[in-house]
Amino acid sequence: MSSYLRIRNLFKNFGDFTALKDISLDIEDGEFVCFLGPSGCGKTTLLRAIAGLDLQSYGSVEQAGRDISDLPVTQRDFGIVFQSYALFPNLTIERNIAFGLENLGKSKAEVGARVTELLDLVNLADQRKKYPAQLSGGQQQRIALARAIATSPGLLLLDEPLSALDAKVRVHLRHQIKELQRKLGVTTIMVTHDQEEALAMADRIVVMNHGVIEQVGTPTEIYREPRSLFVADFIGETNQIHSTVTEPGCLALGRARLRGQTGELAPGQKVVATIRPEDIVPHEPAFREAEDSDSLLEVTVDEMEFLGSFWRSRLTGAALDSEVLYADFSINAVRRLSIDEGKSLTIELPPSRLIAFAAAGSAGETHGEHG
Amino acid sequence: MASTADALAAAGRPPKARPIKPRLGRDDLIMRGFMAVIALYLVIAIALPLYAMLSKSFSTYSFDLTAYEFQVSDEVGNFDAPPVSAAALNDELQAVSPEDLSTSSDGRLPATSFFPDFSFRSPVMYKIRGTSADAVYLVGTERFSGTEWREVDSNNFRRVMLRPARDIGFANYVTYFSTPALFQSIENSIFISALSTIITVTLAFGFAYALSRSCMRLKGFFRLVALAPILVPSLLPGIGLVYLFGNQGMIKELLLGESIYGPIGIVIGSVFFTFPHAMIIITTALAISDARLYEAAECLKASRWKIFWTVTVPGARYGLISAAFVVFNLVITDFGLPKVIGGQYNMLAVDIYKQVIGQQNFEMGAVVSVVLLMPALVAFAVDRQVQKKQVALLSARSVPYQPKPNRRFDWLAFGYCGLIAVFIVGLLAVCQYAALIKFWPYDLSLSLKNYAFDLMDGGGWDSYYNSIQMALLTAVAGTAVVFVGAYMVEKTKGFETGRSLFQLLAMLPMAIPGMVLGLAYIFFFNEPANPLNFIYGTMAILVICTVTHFYTVSHLTAVTALKQMDREFESVAASLKQPFYKLFRVVTVPVCLPTILDISIYLFVNAMTTVSAVIFLYSPTTTLASVAVLNMNDAGDIAPAAAMGMMIFYTNAGARLIHLAVSKGVLKRTQAWRFR
Ligand SMILES: Nc1ncnc2c1ncn2[C@@H]1O[C@H](COP(=O)(O)OP(=O)(O)O)[C@@H](O)[C@H]1O
Ligand SMILES: [Mg+2]
Repeated sequence: MSSYLRIRNLFKNFGDFTALKDISLDIEDGEFVCFLGPSGCGKTTLLRAIAGLDLQSYGSVEQAGRDISDLPVTQRDFGIVFQSYALFPNLTIERNIAFGLENLGKSKAEVGARVTELLDLVNLADQRKKYPAQLSGGQQQRIALARAIATSPGLLLLDEPLSALDAKVRVHLRHQIKELQRKLGVTTIMVTHDQEEALAMADRIVVMNHGVIEQVGTPTEIYREPRSLFVADFIGETNQIHSTVTEPGCLALGRARLRGQTGELAPGQKVVATIRPEDIVPHEPAFREAEDSDSLLEVTVDEMEFLGSFWRSRLTGAALDSEVLYADFSINAVRRLSIDEGKSLTIELPPSRLIAFAAAGSAGETHGEHG
Repeated sequence: MASTADALAAAGRPPKARPIKPRLGRDDLIMRGFMAVIALYLVIAIALPLYAMLSKSFSTYSFDLTAYEFQVSDEVGNFDAPPVSAAALNDELQAVSPEDLSTSSDGRLPATSFFPDFSFRSPVMYKIRGTSADAVYLVGTERFSGTEWREVDSNNFRRVMLRPARDIGFANYVTYFSTPALFQSIENSIFISALSTIITVTLAFGFAYALSRSCMRLKGFFRLVALAPILVPSLLPGIGLVYLFGNQGMIKELLLGESIYGPIGIVIGSVFFTFPHAMIIITTALAISDARLYEAAECLKASRWKIFWTVTVPGARYGLISAAFVVFNLVITDFGLPKVIGGQYNMLAVDIYKQVIGQQNFEMGAVVSVVLLMPALVAFAVDRQVQKKQVALLSARSVPYQPKPNRRFDWLAFGYCGLIAVFIVGLLAVCQYAALIKFWPYDLSLSLKNYAFDLMDGGGWDSYYNSIQMALLTAVAGTAVVFVGAYMVEKTKGFETGRSLFQLLAMLPMAIPGMVLGLAYIFFFNEPANPLNFIYGTMAILVICTVTHFYTVSHLTAVTALKQMDREFESVAASLKQPFYKLFRVVTVPVCLPTILDISIYLFVNAMTTVSAVIFLYSPTTTLASVAVLNMNDAGDIAPAAAMGMMIFYTNAGARLIHLAVSKGVLKRTQAWRFR
């Protein structure tokens, strides 16, 4: 069975600048997919190409088995919510929502009933006679959503729908949108640069950078098994340590030799080893376990910072040379092992969580302090 | 393998794929259609007439005597004598001097010139033919050309006229620049415009400074008064000045024996009619200067004088430059004022009129037009550049300046604005007074006889009603064309070349002086071969000319308003499968209604006052009030001219009041959404 939305070898050029390079992507019926990436990486451009608002330069788009690559907007089947919401300022809420229902051969009563239904769906039934400017940002956002799904489109496109709102409303609306999407079962693509939003809402995430897709996967896949340094760095937080591959599955890290995921990297290659702060396991000083000794490091706790549910700890050690590791220790572990600033400690870097990437390419981007 | 794919990706294209071409939807086609129609309008209303004028200015006409041959019969009609060319006959007879051979496009040379013993009663027959296919001659009103012999009897031979051949070249320009009386006007025009610009901008800057930086009283009143000159034709201040300083002027002693007819009158009148334009631009520039700079300067205990030179003037520099070029352009292209009060002092715009109306020398009129186009184009180009810079400045600024009371400065500002107000109101009051008295300066009793326009030259009351009709049509049709055009060019997707071409066409009218436009219309629309010839002499051509003349400012106003609309409205409507015209009707027009009303009042007021654009185009059935002012003044009916001028003033003032009321009402009823 073929997927609901099929994108093949899609390119988009603005003059000499290539905003999208060879994008191929499949989206299943009823899926909630997020395009995630830093600002300017081409998320909006891809969304607009799918919508037909700004046609791609090359490549094809198929929706529900129909080739829509070069169709005008009006002949496609989607609803869209923009960052600005683009609500018609001079029309009341109900007329905004009814805008797309008016020439479908429905009677006034039918349109009115549908508007009521939609207003109930977004919990704004009491606002129908007001103008957009009289509503809060979050309410406007929901009206825009109601207008977009009024005609029951097969595809819902959301371009940073939450980024204009303040943090609290944003978290609340995340759930509302997700719930609505599940209830309607409508295939949805949401553009965001907020990884938390993407991780919380998406069935699958498409991570983009510089006009290419870096990785596609479920939130846990993306988080646990990043396939590039960019993804590892962009999603969540990670330590980056310069090291060398000694043999497959083995890394020279400072003076230490550790087991880790080296994939197809060749021995002798300079790499960046990554591990997430919460994946570092603390043990008592001089802890040894015969079979795992090549995952262990002796370190000193330099600094500790309490971040509510855990301690962010800065670790240095002779074995690390000048490199620094950050680890998140649970309150429980800190109490049990009496971890404190200045104390020594054995840490375990589980081999499955220590992942190496080639140092070249996008490595120039984002090295920096964590926390 | 991966590297070749990367290389292709870097090149921005996949292997052997064809680029995607958009399939156009119905909306795209309709929008492009609308844009094409309005672009076509602009091509017909400005590009083609200008081209016609330009080609006219390079055309010379002369009789080519080698192109005609004659044969004369004996008394009984036998053509025994050999054919002889007109050139040979002329060499023999010296009938037509070489200077007389050059003529205008209307030139006609009687064939009988070459036959001194011609008598129309003689039985002699004549034959005529051209030696080339281009040689044209008339027999009566019938036009012939070609190399075939045509036989005419002597009664008809006296009605045979040779027609000139057209030549392309710089001859007209050579004539222009070798005639001191003509090219002297260039210097005069530049001198007058520069002088008026310096005075107006200085005065207007002081006025705007007082309005925005003082706490004086009556600010609203002063602003209103300063805008009044916009409501009258530019020649009305000239009439006022005649009453004040003319040969029998009320206070002509003040001129110390100098004559008001000439540079002095033109400059004073120009300052009057350009003052509001400069004032508006400079006030805007001052309003956007940043309060924080003033606070900083005041904290440093800088004197008002020092703040003025280090903060105010530099902050308003773009406004000042822009105002200078706008005023310069207005003065150099103005026709009405120097016509009324210029006396023997020649200016370019008046020269065009004199060449065309006075001497019927259309080619020379075209040459002067091209000359007048040059400074206007430069002023226009510089102004556009400066405007762009100012917009950039505007977006960076934020905190508006709030002046603090200062007794001495506020009274100074009040006194200054008072003087300017007296100048403006005074000149208008003089016109109104002159219109109401019987016969200045001999019989000062009040009367309405000067309003009996039907007894004067100029078209009578009909011209007033025509003007109102023309202004209303201009306002309605012009606003519709301008707004729809601006919408299409702003919201059409893709089609870049078409859109930039449209923008260019829309900017063009601003650079074209009214006189030049009017003359270009004669050349284009009066051409019998033009299928649009039928609108010549109708109300339609006046409306088209006026809409075109004032197109640019209206277009820019509309574009500014449309740019403020969310650019995704069209996307939303399309995604909901709603046609763009529904969005246009339900959202765009209602939201932009205040702007639409502004454009229509702008067009109305300008249509009421314009003279230069329509002076060549009105017909006996379409005389206009502003032109009537000019013609009555020309005919010596100065008081009625003043009366008609003031009628225009009251009409425009009334229109503005109605506009204000309608705007308020509309805002209240349809724009409830603006208020939370
Ligand atoms: N109309 C355009 N013309 C030229 N460049 C554009 C245009 N639209 C977007 N871009 C460029 O394409 C890149 C991707 O833009 P966009 O898709 O908006 O990024 P984002 O991921 O933040 O949504 C950016 O570098 C942007 O500057
Ligand atoms: Mg974006």
